Amino acid sequence: MDKFVTHTGTAIPLRRSNVDTDQIIPAVYLKRVTKSGFEDGLFSAWRSDPEFVLNKPAYSGATILVAGPDFGTGSSREHAVWALQNYGFKVVLSSRFADIFRGNSQKAGLLTVILPQEAIEEIWQLVESEPQTSVTVDLDAKNVRIGSKIHAFQIDDYTRWRLMEGLDDIGLTMKKIDEVSAFEGKRADFKPKTLPALQ
Amino acid sequence: MSKTLAEKIWADHIVSSAANEPDLLYIDLHLIHEVTSPQAFDGLRLAGRPVRRPDLTIATEDHNVPTLNIDQPIADPVSKLQVDTLRANCKEFGVRLHSLGDSQQGIVHVVGPQLGITQPGMTIVCGDSHTSTHGAFGALAFGIGTSEVEHVLATQTLPLIRPKTMAINVEGTLKTGVTSKDIILAIIAKIGTGGGQGYVLEYRGSAIRALSMEGRMTVCNMSIEAGARAGLIAPDETTFAYVKDKPHAPQGADWDAALSYWKTLNSDADAVFDKEITINADDLEPFVTWGTNPGQGLPLNSNVPNPADITDAEERGAAERALTYMGLTAGTPLKSVAVDTIFLGSCTNGRIEDLRAAADILKGKKIADSVRLLVVPGSAKVRLQAEAEGLDKVFLDAGGEWRNAGCSMCLGMNPDQLKPQERAASTSNRNFEGRQGKGGRTHLVSPLVAAATAIRGTLSSPSDL
Ligand code: SF4
Repeated sequence: MDKFVTHTGTAIPLRRSNVDTDQIIPAVYLKRVTKSGFEDGLFSAWRSDPEFVLNKPAYSGATILVAGPDFGTGSSREHAVWALQNYGFKVVLSSRFADIFRGNSQKAGLLTVILPQEAIEEIWQLVESEPQTSVTVDLDAKNVRIGSKIHAFQIDDYTRWRLMEGLDDIGLTMKKIDEVSAFEGKRADFKPKTLPALQ
Repeated sequence: MSKTLAEKIWADHIVSSAANEPDLLYIDLHLIHEVTSPQAFDGLRLAGRPVRRPDLTIATEDHNVPTLNIDQPIADPVSKLQVDTLRANCKEFGVRLHSLGDSQQGIVHVVGPQLGITQPGMTIVCGDSHTSTHGAFGALAFGIGTSEVEHVLATQTLPLIRPKTMAINVEGTLKTGVTSKDIILAIIAKIGTGGGQGYVLEYRGSAIRALSMEGRMTVCNMSIEAGARAGLIAPDETTFAYVKDKPHAPQGADWDAALSYWKTLNSDADAVFDKEITINADDLEPFVTWGTNPGQGLPLNSNVPNPADITDAEERGAAERALTYMGLTAGTPLKSVAVDTIFLGSCTNGRIEDLRAAADILKGKKIADSVRLLVVPGSAKVRLQAEAEGLDKVFLDAGGEWRNAGCSMCLGMNPDQLKPQERAASTSNRNFEGRQGKGGRTHLVSPLVAAATAIRGTLSSPSDL
């Protein structure tokens, strides 16, 4: 996983609430067995509309998605995160994310930043009038800077540290694997096992 | 200190915890299917890691599998590759797999409970958001992403931040024709699709206690639609009786030890929930969704809402877009909405009890000429049981189709899809745009409403027959 400290880029306003993961990447794209190439399926139902914001040349090359509330609801598919990353997004801003989506994005290194809806509205207006406005997302300083505005955000220290160091969770847990073995030694005997198979 | 049920199960599974870090939680059971696992197994291979506990891991094929001609190779090459990849991975890593054609194959959330490997007090995960279903047994069960699937395969643990707890008290008695599906649709309409976010929901109260295990699974299944990662119900005699005769239920002295543990699994009388809401079961009516998220639902005898009446600008916009997508006009009585397809199945309502309830209504009747009825059992075992009871005949005689087990039209990854603008009454759990096929329009309903709708051709409840 790449380290994330700060990122500067342009932003796309996605004025929709409740964008579920079926919209981000429809099920037909989930049949692949790799983690790459999902950019073609990103928001695929909406992409056929030339007016859809991702199709506007003014926003080409944008790396920050500014979404409405309840982004990433629905299915647990991590393919939604990969599709956003494959397309080139580094950060998603929203006033509220679905839990599983947020967890997935943090594991995969896509930064999800929670800002108040008023701040999202402000950023929408700015990038709608001036699509090339530069936006900086600073994980170290915990703020989003756009024009003369600074929007502070909260993120738990542990997640922030992991993202800034680019550490993967499995490696971290492996350091505690003796504790896992000790726990297993104390587990109740009546807990079910899947092997051998009983019909 | 007094604890809620979710807090008790959490505490019993902490491997290690430190200040300002997520807890490392032990996972008792990991369920796997073909869609969210290939990249996780790839990760293990790359790192040279084994599956730590194949004996706590089980896989089935469900999302992609066809429900017709299952004795032939899967026609869609991409689906076939994914299923073949699962088979190869399970073989390589020693994971038990129930493949298409096997009597235990089926939707992962139907298979766990029917095998009896879903038991009270467990932590259960799966790369699928409807893992919350298993919470019906008083287990802490939740969906995870593929990175987490790999993490569990490698370590049998997950680093997690403890969620808050919310009590949802459903008190009273359901009227005839009102089901557990209507309870959960009403809850989601009340608290919204983000209302449960960050919480584990605990469903309590007399109306919940009165539900069968199947009914409880339907309620817990849709916790995720309210934004909650998990929902659970304290185990009781109904739970114990259901688990007892299942293949993987504890035996002999183990059963006694398990039972005495399970009986401790309830929220202490003075436990404090972070939030608590109450629903009156006496007032509930059969529910149906009119929009494109599961929170956009109303009692069936209402009219399509008018977005202009919604004060919140964000919600108003969402309602306007939903009505356009759904092809509905404000003010239209929902009961006059004609549907093309009825889908009876999924991990929400594809269990034997759901099929029985629908068959009861369809018995000796014909479905409307204008509709097709697709009946897809949740597992091969449900299918066999239904056939033993003659339910297949009832559906076929009524003019419906009787299919093999799988997710099918719940998400349309296999050939069972809606066409653009085709309208469905569906017993599944998501009415998102395009969920059941590009451009398809979904109304979420209970099995009873599905059956009545099939007969009349318009959204209907059994009392309309
Ligand atoms: S039936 Fe539907 S909701 Fe359930 S696991 Fe399958 S696709 Fe997911």
